[in-house]
Formats: sequence, structure tokens, C-alpha cells
Amino acid sequence: MGNKVKLRVWRGDAGKGDLVDYEVESNEGEVVLDVLHRLQATQAGDLAVRWNCKAGKCGSCSMEINGRPRLGCMTRMSLFEPDETITVTPMRTFPVIRDLVTDVSFNFEKARQIPSFTPDPSIGLGEFRMQQVDVQRSQEFRKCIECFLCQNVCHVIRDHEENMPAYAGPRFLMRIAELEMHPADTADRREIAQDDFGLGMCNITKCCTEVCPENIHITDNALIPLKERVVSRKYDPLVWLGDKITRRVHQDTQKVPGKSSGHGAARSDSRAKPGRGRHQR
Amino acid sequence: MTQVTDAPARSRAQIAAKTLRKDQWWRQPAVNATFLGIAVIYLTWASLVNNHYYAAPLISPLYSPCLATTCTAHAGFSWIPWVAGLTPAILIIWGPMGFRFTCYYYRKAYYRAFWQSPGACAVREPHAKYTGETRFPLILQNAHRYFFYVAIIFNLILTADAVFAFRNAGGGWGHMSLGTIVLIVNAGLLWLYSLSCHACRHVTGGRLKHFSKHPLRYKAWTFVSRLNAQHMQLAWISLGFVCFTDLYIRLVSAGVFHNPQFF
Ligand code: SF4
Ligand code: SF4
Ligand code: FES
Ligand code: FES
Repeated sequence: MGNKVKLRVWRGDAGKGDLVDYEVESNEGEVVLDVLHRLQATQAGDLAVRWNCKAGKCGSCSMEINGRPRLGCMTRMSLFEPDETITVTPMRTFPVIRDLVTDVSFNFEKARQIPSFTPDPSIGLGEFRMQQVDVQRSQEFRKCIECFLCQNVCHVIRDHEENMPAYAGPRFLMRIAELEMHPADTADRREIAQDDFGLGMCNITKCCTEVCPENIHITDNALIPLKERVVSRKYDPLVWLGDKITRRVHQDTQKVPGKSSGHGAARSDSRAKPGRGRHQR
Repeated sequence: MTQVTDAPARSRAQIAAKTLRKDQWWRQPAVNATFLGIAVIYLTWASLVNNHYYAAPLISPLYSPCLATTCTAHAGFSWIPWVAGLTPAILIIWGPMGFRFTCYYYRKAYYRAFWQSPGACAVREPHAKYTGETRFPLILQNAHRYFFYVAIIFNLILTADAVFAFRNAGGGWGHMSLGTIVLIVNAGLLWLYSLSCHACRHVTGGRLKHFSKHPLRYKAWTFVSRLNAQHMQLAWISLGFVCFTDLYIRLVSAGVFHNPQFF
């Protein structure tokens, strides 16, 4: 069989634990997840590790390997020197359940808070037609496998846990960008993107883009375009003046915490009237 | 009998190390800090020294347009009464400087290299608190769009400077020197840098929801997006070339070097 490799794995639960050294067999062509499974089968039967597809498509096996956020099933052993000690730790940003398994429910809570797709009700089911060029941009974002490595690496919450309530993270700011670019969506999430989801805290340092296993250009194609849209809504004096002159009233959506279908209720008393204002651009 | 246990504490894995990365993660910020530092020091010095910025017909991009009454003869417009000895560059330098300072790429570069926020990915930053770009002064980064418009004006002026460089020292047209090429390349790189800007990408078409309704803007957006992918490279190359252009004219003007005349 193959050669022995040195692994150092974080073992513990409820936050308390330690790095434990192991020597495990490894064969040519294997990935880190394979070696962890062999460790589990031969020496540490109680090692907790989450996985599912082994093909980089389910987003379950997110972990940190030699300090870098990665998918265990997509990290080849050939990346390391034969005598190198490979350190494997759980994602640092999320509470640990046990060993390499973290509780990522933060992400599901954030996902639920985003006002969902809001089509124009006057257009009947199946009537809306859209062109490929109109959806092309956001199709890139649909490649996301929800591994949450971007959420994990983002220093806004990784290094400042206290920001977690106020910050949605790159994955969900990208979701807002996707909806804002959607040709059939009529809600305006620009103000809440800044005020409720913390877009202003992102300082575009691109770590999310660096770790994304789907190579989505999160910063360049979602976060910066969203920042530019927010500038138009909140910080651009010319746009503000234009709004005053044309008496345009913005129908900003409201964040609806804990409600899975927050159909873009307007900030004012009246409901957003889809199909008006900027949405016809 | 049912056994009741407390839910596990919701806390992160306690790992004391600032990072477990073993690669040379500090290299990129160190390299960027060095080159940004050199460029900033050179440009500050060159715009403060207030001499050797004009060698007819070439004018340094740091001093163009030269608006003060104290500008070297024939170098500028003499519109604004100015104190002798004070550099006229400060009348204009805020434009290109503000453009680069608020640029999305340079922001990334200096937040990482100088402010360690973060120094590199998955490396703990040294700050106790973090508010990002939500407060003064960093909230002003949202003005980048306006600096983009200003930069376009500067590009037009520097392009005109390149055209005027098709003269000889006496003002006669139809001549060309190595300096002409330097100014053309400089203006060209600045155009590429500005057109690849994220604010440019937004205003040309990024802000639209329906590309299919605006085919021309969609084309423009596609073009800008292609350039935008190279924005970092263009930021560095154009920055380096601005320094080089100033140095070239400086040396010619100081007589250290003779500007080779082609015809
Ligand atoms: S670019 Fe923004 S969202 Fe992405 S990791 Fe950096 S700060 Fe976080
Ligand atoms: S955007 Fe990329 S890194 Fe973030 S969750 Fe999706 S696939 Fe993972
Ligand atoms: S196991 Fe599915 S992404 Fe790794
Ligand atoms: S100049 Fe860099 S983003 Fe605008």
C-alpha cells in the first residue's frame, strides 16, 4: 500500500479541544477526505467529519487544511510534501459541534432574512419572457454550492464575532446582488443591503473570491456591483437631486427576520408597487 | 427513562494561533507595501519639488494642466494667482490621487498591505474593532464614482499633451521624439486603467436590469468587463508608467539626458 502521512487534526467539542497527531496511510491519487476516512476507519472511530458527494458539489466537507479554507474532497494529497505534517481544523468562524463538524446555521438564518424574489404580480404565470443576456450575470452566482468557505474566511466576522448579527457575509450579499440583477424582480433591496445586511463592512479585500471552490468572482461581479448600486441609492448627490426633481419615491424592501417569504414589504405603510420607478430600466 | 443533557455550548474551536497557514502569506502584502510605498514617496517628492516638470513640448503628467501663474513659461495656462515656491501640482493632484485612493483595487491593496485588515486571508487581523467602510472617513470611498468622472477629464488633458508632443521645442508641428511616445503610452495606459474601473463598469451598463433592452450599452459593458478583469494589472502598470514619464521629462529638463528627436 501507500506511504504514511502525518496528520494533525483538531479534536474536541463545544469549543474545547486540541490538535492531535496521527500517522495514516495514504495512496496515490487520494484527497485529504480519503485520508481522514482512513483515520476514522483505523484509528479514530469517533472522528466527526461531514461529507457527502466527494465530488466538490455538495459543499459539506468544508474545513481548514494547513490554515487554508478548503473542501476536503477537492484537496489532493499530492499538494503536500511527503514528510509534511498536514494540519486539519474545523472552520474557524462557526461554532464547532464536534471535531471537524461545525454548526453552519448562521448561514441559513441569514438566507431566510433576505426578501425573496418578487415578480410583478400583473404579469401572469408563465408570461414573463427573458433573454439569456439578462440572466447571464447572475447565472455565475448560481454555481454556488453553499460550502460557506467564503463566509468562513471573511475577516468581518471571522476576526470580529460581534459583527455576526449585523453582517450577512459574501454568500448572501451575493444573493442580494443576484436578485437586484434579476430582470423579473421588482423589489429594491439596495438600502437594506447596506443598513441591514452590512455591505458597508465589506472592504473588498477579496478573500471570499480567493477561497471559493466554484471560482465565482464574488467580489468583482457581485459585491462591487452591489456597492455601486448602493451608492446610487444612498450616496450619490446627483441621483438624489434627480429623485427630488422627478419626485421619485423609493420603495425599499424591509428585512423580514425569520419569515421565509418576505415578499418585499415596502418601508412605508403602502406595499411596494412593483413595476414602477427604476424597475423598468 | 429519557436522559436529558444540556445542548453543547455554541462556541468556536479555540485555536490560539493567529493562523495555521504555512505558506509565505506575508509575501504579497510585503511586496505591495514596498512598491506602493516607493510610488507614493516618488510621486509626493516629484509633485512637491516644483521644478523640471517641463521640457518643451513635454509636460509631466503630475503638473498637467498647470494652472498657476507661477508655472514654468509656456508650460501651462497661468489662470490662478499663486505663491512662488509653492508647487502648482497641488491644484490638480487631488484628482488623480483621489481616483487611485478610492479605487476598489488599491483599497484592497492598501487595506491588506498597510492596515492588515486582513494582511492575508485566514490570518487574524490585529484590530480589536472593525466597522469597515461604514463610518467616516472610509464611508467617503463611496465617492469613487465622482473621481472616475474627474479622471476622464484628466485623461483628455493628458491625451492633448501627447498630441502637443508632436511639435518641436520651438512649437513647430510635425515632429516626433522619444518623449512623444512616452506621453502617448502614458495616456493610453491611463485610459485603459480608467475604462477598466468598476464605477465605469457600473455606469456603462452594470446598473441595468435588462441588458436586452439596451444592446449598445450591453456591448459597452461587455467591453469594460473584459478590461475590468485586468484592472489590477492596469493599476500597477499605469502607476509605474506615470512615475517613469515624470522621471523621463525630469531628466530631459534637467539636462541629464537628451530627448532623442526622430524627425
Ligand atoms: S471581499 Fe468583502 S465579503 Fe469578501 S472576504 Fe473580503 S470583506 Fe468579506
Ligand atoms: S460562493 Fe463559493 S465559497 Fe461561497 S458558499 Fe458559494 S461556493 Fe462556497
Ligand atoms: S464532500 Fe461534497 S463537496 Fe466535498
Ligand atoms: S479605478 Fe479602480 S475601481 Fe475605479
